[in-house]
Amino acid sequence: MNELVFFANKVVISGFAIGSVYAMGAIGVTLVFAILRFAHFAHGDLMTVGAFFAYALTVLFPTAGASLGLPTGFVMLPLAMAMTALFAMALDRLFYRKLRANGVKPVVMVMASIGVALMLQGLVRLFAGTASRSFFIAEHKEIFRIALPIEGITRKLVITEPQILLVVFSVLVVTVLHFFLTRSRFGKAMRAMSDNADLARVSGINTQTVVMMTWVISGALAAAAGVLLSLDVSLKPDMSFNLLLPIFAAAIVGGVGSPFGAIAGAYMVGFAETLAVFNWSVLLRPLAGWLPAWIEIPVKLAFVPTEYKLTVPFFILVVVLIWRPTGMFRGKVL
Amino acid sequence: MHAGYGGTLILKGVDLQLQQGQIGVIAGPNGAGKSTLLKSIFGLLTVHSGSIQLAGELITNVEPNVLVKRGMAFVPQEKNVFESLSVEENLQMGAYLRRDNYNHLLEKIYADFPPLAIKRKQPAGELSGGQRQMVAIARALMMEPRLILLDEPTAGLSPLFMEEIFAQILGINADGVSVLMVEQNARQALTIADQGFILTAGKNRYTDSGQHLLQNPEVAKSFLGG
Amino acid sequence: MTTRLDRRQFILFASLLLLIVLVFAGMGSAYAVRMLVEASCFAVIALGLTIQWGYAGLFNAGVMGFIALGGYMAVLFSYPVNAAFWNSQGPAALLGVAGRLLLGIVSIVLLRQVHRIGVGRHWRNVLLTLAVIATYLTFLTAINPAADLIEGQAGFIGGLGLPVGLGWLMGGLAAAAVGYWIGRICLGLRSDYLAIATLGIAEIIKAFLKNADWLTHGTLTVSPLPWPVPTPGEIGFVGARSAFLALMVVLIAVIYMLLQRAYQSPWGRIIRAIRDNETAAAAMGKDVNRRRLQIFVLGSLLMGIGGAALVSFSRIFDPSGFIPLHHTFLLWVMVILGGAGNNLGTLFGAVLVYIIWVMSEPATLLVFDFIRETGSQWFDWVAPADLDSRALQMRVFIIGLTITLVLRFAPKGVIPEEVVRH
Repeated sequence: MNELVFFANKVVISGFAIGSVYAMGAIGVTLVFAILRFAHFAHGDLMTVGAFFAYALTVLFPTAGASLGLPTGFVMLPLAMAMTALFAMALDRLFYRKLRANGVKPVVMVMASIGVALMLQGLVRLFAGTASRSFFIAEHKEIFRIALPIEGITRKLVITEPQILLVVFSVLVVTVLHFFLTRSRFGKAMRAMSDNADLARVSGINTQTVVMMTWVISGALAAAAGVLLSLDVSLKPDMSFNLLLPIFAAAIVGGVGSPFGAIAGAYMVGFAETLAVFNWSVLLRPLAGWLPAWIEIPVKLAFVPTEYKLTVPFFILVVVLIWRPTGMFRGKVL
Repeated sequence: MHAGYGGTLILKGVDLQLQQGQIGVIAGPNGAGKSTLLKSIFGLLTVHSGSIQLAGELITNVEPNVLVKRGMAFVPQEKNVFESLSVEENLQMGAYLRRDNYNHLLEKIYADFPPLAIKRKQPAGELSGGQRQMVAIARALMMEPRLILLDEPTAGLSPLFMEEIFAQILGINADGVSVLMVEQNARQALTIADQGFILTAGKNRYTDSGQHLLQNPEVAKSFLGG
Repeated sequence: MTTRLDRRQFILFASLLLLIVLVFAGMGSAYAVRMLVEASCFAVIALGLTIQWGYAGLFNAGVMGFIALGGYMAVLFSYPVNAAFWNSQGPAALLGVAGRLLLGIVSIVLLRQVHRIGVGRHWRNVLLTLAVIATYLTFLTAINPAADLIEGQAGFIGGLGLPVGLGWLMGGLAAAAVGYWIGRICLGLRSDYLAIATLGIAEIIKAFLKNADWLTHGTLTVSPLPWPVPTPGEIGFVGARSAFLALMVVLIAVIYMLLQRAYQSPWGRIIRAIRDNETAAAAMGKDVNRRRLQIFVLGSLLMGIGGAALVSFSRIFDPSGFIPLHHTFLLWVMVILGGAGNNLGTLFGAVLVYIIWVMSEPATLLVFDFIRETGSQWFDWVAPADLDSRALQMRVFIIGLTITLVLRFAPKGVIPEEVVRH
């Protein structure tokens, strides 16, 4: 039964962690999709920028977290989120607003966002180089190894502190978002605009304000995703590209325009990834006794080799596009 | 006024006046520019020359959300409800700019449109065509406007619902709201019209009271076939 | 579509010529000719992209994948035969894998018809899914030992030793096939989806080429690749490269003429109608999406050929060397700068942007050297050790900036397509 603990560590906990990161990214992407009606290819770089904001703050105040018993990077998170929210609004103002006012096709907006993505990537790597960094400068990363009180199990469940923070934070975000979108006047206005922008305008909703709020939420959540991921793994300046495809896949799978669909899609993609690269031989080996002799369990049986992990979200994306382009929660195909 | 979409001019000189509390009907063949006229009045299209006034105030090319504050409301012909929002949320969006407690108004709307009261928590997209139209009109009424613009309110509805809608419009008018509507079913619409405006090819053709237009043999022959 | 050289175009092309002469003078003939050959390969790829974007409005964000695939085909067909492979058990192992795969596919095809013998639709889907998974797993378990075997005994499967031109053609066909598949799935949908899907497939193609060592030699790379003209070893750098350039110029001329012909043909007229007024064209009964698919496939074909040429010229196949910046976004800049949909403009854009791109490397390093010098002299600033590699990131920034500026100020490109208005 140690194998089940191994499974829990490698698939359940990891899947949940990466799924939460994808979820926060996907919510931002799907909101921009719904309200601004284009795929924001610079979202991954927003996450990187947000993470670097937090990193800079951590470098400036390395012991800030010690007094609270939390990693400094996490303590700086709210501030980093605010900075990234402003940054996202500035990006819109500088690069997207004029194009939008000219009524260009969504594809042109995507191209513009690619231009922005490249600029951000260049700038980040210019100032920060390409090396990885750890958020834990003056402290160390807490790893909890939990021994299960069940007889025969010697393997321990491994959960890191950043993962716990990630889970708590995600739950918080989802709850706040739910109440915001379903109970508050402005949240409903956002949903209205996502549903029918012309009618929203006709009803008196100030579409400029809604657009601004979309960037604020998108930027803030991107920062959260970037920081929390980097806390658990490390801060890599080129993480943006590897996150873009899973996040887009999650948003499309969940139904573009539906934040809760995006969350569901994100966990689906996250778990699909961890399930696909998991070495199932480990679980099959204990059953070797029950299987007929001619079935030989290979040393490594994974659906997808680890190097090809990126194919998993792509595969999910293709399946969804063929089978149900509106996604699980019937968003718009737009 | 002259107005149109982008570079194309559709309205080439249209004159229209409506008194407070009246019902005005804009009719005419397809492509005459009826919807364009309505959208231009509401600031959704650019007016190239001419002016629009609301009770003496100049409102040409003013943003729609400002016009809503000034007491105008617009019900588009298509996509006129928020399909993924519930009926009640649709009404709440109609009342977006209100800062007061408008529960009394909600109750009145539910009283005037009973089917909506029953389905208030349902997404508007699940309602039938006639009920959707009710939601669309009710949404526009939430700001208690002085003038409501309706773009083909009976389009695609069964005769029964058509009667219902016209009755509702009369009711709204009785409450003191001016109505300006574009209608394909010109014959029925003109019966309740104080003023009728028949457009062809972007210009006025006939302007008179509804009754007179109905009695005019020329009009009846050319335009009131339906 | 105008082909008369009006004054503006003349000035632009003359300036380009001047620029080329400057590069010759500054960097020497061998360097300059090499740059021109590479630019010509990019020009072919750019032509493919410009018809996808300019004629059909399709956003292909995965050009890199088509290039890489074309490049690999060049390797597969034109690289000399690897005797070690053919003498080993490699072919037999691969045959075994192919056999299992075939078995799986046959069973899937048969299962698709199972509803005829009365099996319910729901059960049919379950069986199909199981069959697909089973086929995949058997393939996986078979290919891994086969791959290990090949890598151990022969390194990789090598090539087929056929003429280089054939490799280029196959590169185009392979890319066209992938383009067809992706297009079929995405073309009815929103254009963003095509962008995301092509981005994904490019990464997957690259990952596959990088990791399938048994097939492509992966990160160990394949070199030297043969040329369709005599190699530098035989007639010197300038001579050989000039020969290659001549070949490319002929190829571009042929492609250009064919494209112009197609453009004037009835098929081209329909394409233009769709581009200029889609709703009207659709109303006339022209199957818009089928035409778009044709364009997409044609564009992909060109990208494959250009990619094959590029890889052949570089004489080395290194999958890690394919990067989106260089192989997708640079092309986008070429196309939107030159004028999407305008073949002549695209050629201009390709050459100009490539020259700027190549020269930007020494230029950036020069600038950063200067910064490092003045920084240490004036402020006692010690530059980080990897300043040079960071400096190259400036090129990333410049490309992004160029895209942004062009979109803002010259969205139709420098030599825009003239849309005939009736």
